[in-house]
Amino acid sequence: MAKLTILSDRCKGCGLCVEVCPKKVLGFDKKSLNAKGYRPASAIAPENCVGCAFCARMCPDCVITVER
Amino acid sequence: MAVVFEKSRSLTDEILTYCPGCTHGIIHRLVAEAIDDLGAQSSTIGVAPVGCAVFAYNFFAVDMMQAAHGRAPAVATGIKRALPDRIVFTYQGDGDLASIGMAEIMHAAARGEKITTIFVNNAIYGMTGGQMAPTTLVGQVTTTSPYGRKEELCGKPIRMSEIIAQMDGTAYAARVSVHDPRHVMEAKKAIRRAFEAQRGGEGFAMVEVLSTCPTNWGMTPIEALKWVATDMIPYYPLGVYKDSSKGAA
Repeated sequence: MAKLTILSDRCKGCGLCVEVCPKKVLGFDKKSLNAKGYRPASAIAPENCVGCAFCARMCPDCVITVER
Repeated sequence: MAVVFEKSRSLTDEILTYCPGCTHGIIHRLVAEAIDDLGAQSSTIGVAPVGCAVFAYNFFAVDMMQAAHGRAPAVATGIKRALPDRIVFTYQGDGDLASIGMAEIMHAAARGEKITTIFVNNAIYGMTGGQMAPTTLVGQVTTTSPYGRKEELCGKPIRMSEIIAQMDGTAYAARVSVHDPRHVMEAKKAIRRAFEAQRGGEGFAMVEVLSTCPTNWGMTPIEALKWVATDMIPYYPLGVYKDSSKGAA
């Protein structure tokens, strides 16, 4: 079981993390906007996360911290 | 639980000024991680360019200078010669390095200045609004080539890594990409090697990183990553073009 911490207010909603996640853990938060007005990425299926950190390595804005 | 991935210590907490999906952020992080790996945060001096990365001095938690357009290698030369025990790097875009700064980068390589240059090639002028750059691909539409770049008018794009690798003063020249996680890991290795070449006093080191510009390319961030793989890499082949530790390429 791995844990993702997403700093939503830094996220620009580019979706690179969503694209590269092999386990489809990440998606967009459809209910809220962040302080910058973007729809931030969020863990929609956190139970599937294996902690590979592909998302964090592709995130241009250092939004994601991964623990395993 | 152990932390598998967290933000590098050599980056500040400032929110990057880049557009959503711009891979400048990934490249900043790789440079910062290389500085962390060398344990050189307190002894590194960076030189920011003119272009989208002009605010790099806000994002790196190391000492930074900001140079006139294209002149980062000249400023870095002065810093390195005055303070030879420091790690000095320049961070430049393709409009900065391959156009107005062509003379500076060529002569820094020719002199074998012991500096590291991170060259971010996104095939367009980003900050000024998407004009044609020396690295714009043939057929690519920009605001100054609205019908696509024409070879008979503008020639073909410049391949900087190959040119720099020809110079005797160059210790390391490589081209990498950051369009998927595997290539990000390879890019990290190349950037670290470029810093190690400087620390070992081997000579000039440059890493060209293929980057995206979703805003000016008129693509989504995901489409832009795919365009790097399908259109840019065939013209700009990835690889190490020179590595002095492994003999001449």
